[in-house]
Amino acid sequence: MALVLNEEQALLKESADGFFAEKAPVSELRQLRDDKIEACYSLDLWNEMAEMGFCGIMIDEENGGVDFGMVGAGIVAEAMGKNLSASPFHASAVAAASIIGAAGSEQQKTSLLPAIAAGELTLGIAIDETGAHDPAGVAMKATTSGGGFKLNGMKTFVQDGTCADKLIVLARTSGEAGEADGLSLFLVDSMAAGLIIDQTVMTDSRNWAKVTFEGVETGAETLLGEEGAALKFLEPGLDKARIILAAELLGIAQECLDQTVTYLQERKQFGVLIGSFQGLQHRAAQLFSEIAVTRSAVLKAMQAADAGGDFRWFASLAKAKACKTAELATNEAIQMHGGIGMTDEFDIGFYIKRARTVQALYGDYNYHASRFAACSGY
Amino acid sequence: MSDLESFREETRDWLEANCPASMRIPAAGEADICWGGRNFVFQSEDQRLWLERMGARGWTVPSWPKEYGGGGLSKEEAKILAAEMRRIKARSPLVSFGIWMLGPALLKFGTHEQKLEHLPPIARGEIRWCQGYSEPNAGSDLAALATKAEDKGDHYIVNGQKVWTSYADKADWIFCLVRTDFDASKHNGISFVLFDMNQPGVSTKPILLISGNSPFCETFFDDAVASKANLVGEENKGWTIAKYLLTHERTGISDMGLPTPLNALAVEKLGTVDGQIGDKMLRHQIAEHEIDAASFVFTLERAKDEAKAGGDMGAFSSMLKGYGTELNKDRHELILKVNGSDAFEWEGQFSNNGEIARNWLRTKANSIEGGTTEVQLNIIAKRILNLPS
Repeated sequence: MALVLNEEQALLKESADGFFAEKAPVSELRQLRDDKIEACYSLDLWNEMAEMGFCGIMIDEENGGVDFGMVGAGIVAEAMGKNLSASPFHASAVAAASIIGAAGSEQQKTSLLPAIAAGELTLGIAIDETGAHDPAGVAMKATTSGGGFKLNGMKTFVQDGTCADKLIVLARTSGEAGEADGLSLFLVDSMAAGLIIDQTVMTDSRNWAKVTFEGVETGAETLLGEEGAALKFLEPGLDKARIILAAELLGIAQECLDQTVTYLQERKQFGVLIGSFQGLQHRAAQLFSEIAVTRSAVLKAMQAADAGGDFRWFASLAKAKACKTAELATNEAIQMHGGIGMTDEFDIGFYIKRARTVQALYGDYNYHASRFAACSGY
Repeated sequence: MSDLESFREETRDWLEANCPASMRIPAAGEADICWGGRNFVFQSEDQRLWLERMGARGWTVPSWPKEYGGGGLSKEEAKILAAEMRRIKARSPLVSFGIWMLGPALLKFGTHEQKLEHLPPIARGEIRWCQGYSEPNAGSDLAALATKAEDKGDHYIVNGQKVWTSYADKADWIFCLVRTDFDASKHNGISFVLFDMNQPGVSTKPILLISGNSPFCETFFDDAVASKANLVGEENKGWTIAKYLLTHERTGISDMGLPTPLNALAVEKLGTVDGQIGDKMLRHQIAEHEIDAASFVFTLERAKDEAKAGGDMGAFSSMLKGYGTELNKDRHELILKVNGSDAFEWEGQFSNNGEIARNWLRTKANSIEGGTTEVQLNIIAKRILNLPS
């Protein structure tokens, strides 16, 4: 397959870029933050995204989606990264849809996926229990109880956990923390008794939560995939989520470069445009190169995931490279903007705050560099 | 059976019958490479036969037109030939600057007569070419070159000096940038001429490098003669060709020897514990490098696919050149780390005469030759990012 966008994908890119620039630019995120909106996103935007088909971008047509695959989802995520558009897109339409697609029964798929595609069902993703992403390290217990399960424990960094209709929860039905076996996935209703969702205001002003489970009862039908074998289904689903996060980071990095180049072309010091200084030209050119190289890794990973088979190596490659480049791009953007880059009034700060949070989500650079090495046989 | 399928079958049969067994062992080093030329000493009769057979078919340059000594193959056919050669691990029958650089320039800018005269001997490996670009005072600022070509009617008299001329001491002919107008602005007085190195006015002197090898020369012209029939393109318009070739060279340098991952080397040298290299710091460094290297390899793939889809590579080749050569330097630093003190053996059989150390030192030129990394960054800044001068 050629490593370029096809005609259909190029049209999607044009429409997604235009849509988010118009409907959800950075000023919208600023407004949501300043107004302290609990959900951290606009329901109107979410409904319009559903109308555009974005909520079902990865979902097959039988289940109400538009079936644009990973390349399509990545195009939407990159546009959202450029504009820092806030919505439950990644948690619901990408991560949850992928995990349900990999782990769910036919019945779960036909009942859940159409609702996600229509934008009517939002899901939070509850995996991590400490600051370090490590699915196998999950300790939260799910014990059998009256034909179903009872959940006790706490989750942190729950993506879009505030205001979600349901949570996808990783818990341990057997074994000890650190063991790959014994983990199970549950689809828990957010209104369930004993479930306490605490909105967590995070650096990126987006929707995060800490969730406490105090003997939450959940029926056997809420088990997603085989009991005790969750990682087998979760990992491919999470890998898709990771690749799409890489696409979002790529959008952030690209926008930081574009805004910085514009600034270098306009700002004068010492009586000349600062973009004429070689010290700044080389920094910008190096950043351009890193972004170009990252774009290839991300597109390759999206295509590999769409092609099926084992794409772990590609997923870790894309997330690792995008983490590194987004870190460089956001740091360089502030440095080259000088003092104004440090002000809240200026937008660049929003980009560095979102970038670091996304970098940490579902494995940071070190996590994926190490996993990349393991997948490569060393 | 489609035409392409029957082409594949014929090619497979022909290679089977004509590629000598010893030419099916991958080239292990410089000594195994066939450069051709008047003075080339073949390593073996097989090497000579392989060149002769492939040259006669035009398959040393499969996609050049037949009338100029090429194979006249379509892109698809050339791909099949390359794949079939890879299948039996056949060595390249001929490597040369004629194939890689002068050929494409002549095909684009040369006259029919020039192509007829010069391309077939390149294809058959009879004439070895070198490139006369850099001068002592024209390195990164190549357009400042001062080698003078005086108009003498039907020929030029060339005087001056080139430096870093790769394999000039082994070359038969030179494609050379000379100044034909000293009054014009520096880019507008340069011409692109070809002349025979085997004449009294040309002498070469190899330069001993830190690697202990001498792949580059100083080249001196003292009333050397260049026929006007061998002026490529218009007089004083040589910079256009020079730029074309530099872009071509940059794409080529960044594409040369796609890196084989360091995994196998590291695992073999260092061993693993629970599937991981024991030295965690080195494991991390290798992973960091390999992540960049894999991303870069996919970037080459993407650049090719975009070019096929009609995109213009233009200044993007500067990115590839800069990034690719810096990666290669980094890669060789890691090869040193993996090999530890063994890497520094300079002579002797164990190290194949210091191959690791000498190759490592050679890479230091990667980011200098063909335009330094800094020059590539300048080009990206100006031509892609439109930053002001």
